[in-house]
Amino acid sequence: MTRGSRVWMLFALAMGWLFLLLWPLLGIHPDGTLTFAEAFAVWWKIALAALCCFVMFRLSRRGVFDAVTRPLARLTRGVGRVYSASPKWMFLVPLLAFALTYPFFTDRYAQDVAVNVLVYICLGLGLNVVVGLCGLLDLGYIAFYGVGAYTYALLSLHYGLSFWLCLPICAAFAAVAGCLIGYPTLRMRGDYLAIVTLGFGEIVRIVINNWMSLTNGPNGILGIPPPSLVVPVISDGGLVLETVVMRQLSYLYYVILALAVFTVVAVRRLNFSRIGRAWEAIREDETAAELMGVNTFRFKLLAYAMGAVFGGLAGAFFAARMRFVSPESFTFIESAMVLAMVVLGGLGSIPGVILGALALVALPEVFRQFELYRMLVFGGVMAVMMLVRPEGLWPAARMGKRSDDEG
Amino acid sequence: MDYFLQQMINGLTLGGVYALVALGYTMVYGIIQLINFAHGEIFAAGGYLGVIFLSFLTANGFMETHPGLGVGLSLVLSMGYCAMLAMAVEKVAYKPLRQSSRLSVLLSALGMSIFLQNGLMLTQGVYDKAYPAEFTHGGFDFGAIRVSYMQIGILAVTALLLVALNALVFRTRMGKAMRATAQDKVMSALVGISSNKVISMTFAIGACLAAAAGIMVGLYYGSVRYDMGFVPGIKAFAAAVLGGIGNITGAMIGGLIIGMVEIMAAAYLPMGGQYKDVFAFVILIAVLYFMPTGIMGENVDDTRV
Amino acid sequence: MGATILELRGVSAHYGRIQSLRQISLRVDEGEIVSIIGANGAGKSTTLMTICGIVRASEGDILYQGASIRDVASDRLPGMGLCQVPEGRRIFPRLSVSENLEMGAFFRRDAGGVKQDMNLAFRLFPVLYERRSQKGGTLSGGEQQMLAIARALMSRPKMLLLDEPSLGLSPLFSQHIFKIIKDINEQQGTTILLVEQNANIALSLADRGYVLETGRVVMEDKASVLRANPEIKKAYLGG
Repeated sequence: MTRGSRVWMLFALAMGWLFLLLWPLLGIHPDGTLTFAEAFAVWWKIALAALCCFVMFRLSRRGVFDAVTRPLARLTRGVGRVYSASPKWMFLVPLLAFALTYPFFTDRYAQDVAVNVLVYICLGLGLNVVVGLCGLLDLGYIAFYGVGAYTYALLSLHYGLSFWLCLPICAAFAAVAGCLIGYPTLRMRGDYLAIVTLGFGEIVRIVINNWMSLTNGPNGILGIPPPSLVVPVISDGGLVLETVVMRQLSYLYYVILALAVFTVVAVRRLNFSRIGRAWEAIREDETAAELMGVNTFRFKLLAYAMGAVFGGLAGAFFAARMRFVSPESFTFIESAMVLAMVVLGGLGSIPGVILGALALVALPEVFRQFELYRMLVFGGVMAVMMLVRPEGLWPAARMGKRSDDEG
Repeated sequence: MDYFLQQMINGLTLGGVYALVALGYTMVYGIIQLINFAHGEIFAAGGYLGVIFLSFLTANGFMETHPGLGVGLSLVLSMGYCAMLAMAVEKVAYKPLRQSSRLSVLLSALGMSIFLQNGLMLTQGVYDKAYPAEFTHGGFDFGAIRVSYMQIGILAVTALLLVALNALVFRTRMGKAMRATAQDKVMSALVGISSNKVISMTFAIGACLAAAAGIMVGLYYGSVRYDMGFVPGIKAFAAAVLGGIGNITGAMIGGLIIGMVEIMAAAYLPMGGQYKDVFAFVILIAVLYFMPTGIMGENVDDTRV
Repeated sequence: MGATILELRGVSAHYGRIQSLRQISLRVDEGEIVSIIGANGAGKSTTLMTICGIVRASEGDILYQGASIRDVASDRLPGMGLCQVPEGRRIFPRLSVSENLEMGAFFRRDAGGVKQDMNLAFRLFPVLYERRSQKGGTLSGGEQQMLAIARALMSRPKMLLLDEPSLGLSPLFSQHIFKIIKDINEQQGTTILLVEQNANIALSLADRGYVLETGRVVMEDKASVLRANPEIKKAYLGG
């Protein structure tokens, strides 16, 4: 059997196995009937898609698509070179202009999507500080989002504090939460860190869900006031201060845009600071960093705290925008989603995370009709990306290898 | 006192289930240092298959005439299926990443977990699926203590499986090969043990145990959900860590402890019932902070630094 | 000496990004004892690991009994009669002594023969019999070395690769181990490829020798000739 036909044999075998796995789930009915129809109906679609991918893969191996891929690769390389060579503001100015004028030429739906994307950009960049810059695998990041959201909800409802006043308070609370969660994990191995942070995330969610007196439990908190701004307005011939309540989506868009820009700038500054250096050293080889005099304890806590701050701010905005919070919004799946954005976009890379947020929030909107399959595809893509392009869509510029990467 | 004994029995039953799932986590971690996030989904799949097979057999009238055989058949078929599923996941998502970083394979496992969970949701529906429950009622009464037939069944099956696993791992040639591979992967290759076969087998065995646990949980609570694997999965991993990761005896003991703690806390602490899920997580964090090698010590490849 | 049982042709290997072996060529004939000597980091252990497929050869070919084993999976080699006792003993720490021996014979299907060989091993190393139920990790260094060799013998090897068998052992014990190695070679005709830091013993035991330096074979000759060579004497035999 030649090598070529062997691969096809394996493919056929794999498809056969797939059918065997699908059939019990679909082909055995509770009313006692056995059928192949439903299983076959699902199977042939998957098999066809897999066959197409497989054939394309084999063809591309043989160079059939080179007429397209080679010039395309040259193009992307060229674009990359132009990007690294030109000063950043050449791209940032048009981008900023686009972002600032966005609500003027888009409808509510598009603005809604944009707001979501921006929120996740904040979250992704915050998690990026923990996972991408410092190398701490955090699977419970959404807890900080929740802390921020509930803090604003409770403070604004019980004490009437304004959104803007609450922002730093929420950041502080989130930072404290970050330290609390970070502290026990400081000595743990990478994998254990993941599951412990997952546990913490779940603990926070369960506590929120059950502490009826404080958080109203699963019912959530309603009627959270939106942000309001006091603006000077010319009226009756004089300057009067008027309170503008930001109920409109376009106003909220600008709030989150400001928050996102703040996050990008802050994370970028951190990245290129002494702190960022220390984090990178810890990420690459913690023991070596310790020996070089980096106080890993303090810097790791700092990473958690800083990452949490961005999450908390995003959470406060979330509460102000939705006007309602419940534990349902802070599940593990959300943490996984944010992590996926960071990883798929490119660990430690700011444009990568932004790209990741766009891909994972905006793209599913395009395929709205496949809403049901969204999470399924999400999971599959995560696994496949690790096989195909683990460094992400837009890898960070200075990515060394982790010390435990060497096989 | 009666109340206490009753809770002991409940705790033992739950603990046995956790032990079965914990074994899958601990064996896989012991051999390839991976937290197999998808393992919880195997547990859920087992539960679903139990429903499917039992409903099928009930509708065919097989269960009326041979209830015990029906349950046994469902168990075996479900275990076989889950073993195949686990081996497929390993081959597709983990094996190609054996030379990659730990983060990559962890994320792949996470992706597979989400994929499988949603796969179950899409094929089986979002709502709870009920178990045909004619034979799950009734039990023995010792004064105020009730031991249901279900509990006896679960305890018996769990004990059987644990004994079988022990025999497999500590007395058979293949079991020793599995332990050897976990202790020193390179050396085991040098004596002729095929790492690939051993790893596949580890996944298969872990899956069988998880499937059995899934069916038993389904029978006990009367229904299954597509996300029933998530929280028990973390708790089972906590049990594995508590007992010492990679340590099979440890996982068994860890499972029993977690089960007991959960039931006792729910029974005796105020608000215990609402927060019962939290205890396992707290134990996990505490163990990893104070005693990372667990109660019975780790059993991983010490040659890989 | 018989036909060539093992041959390396221009084998190169990388350890991460460092090239640890540079086009190594060597051969071992049946029934011989061949020693590889050289300083630390010269690539001696890497050579053995490359032969066994644990480290992939990036260049060249490895032939065992005339057939290429370069792309053969490591775990198939003991079944073909090629067995390695790696550096540092590497006995399975939480398996008992008996179980370690059983693992040495893992690929074998003849239960009777395995039992026979185990008894033989116990007779050869009585201390292992005493400790047969103890966990391997509780044995002393010397005992572990004996166990490692006994375990390798359980596979009835045609050729044995030994990596620094005397490392960490007392001189007296090393003598004992090397006597056993010599006996294995003489009595059972097992071909031996020995990597040794202790060049003296390595060359007194061997028929032929190779000198490795930074991944290259710099000298190859009969062991007696090497021992008399003044450069070798200065570099490896203490003047």
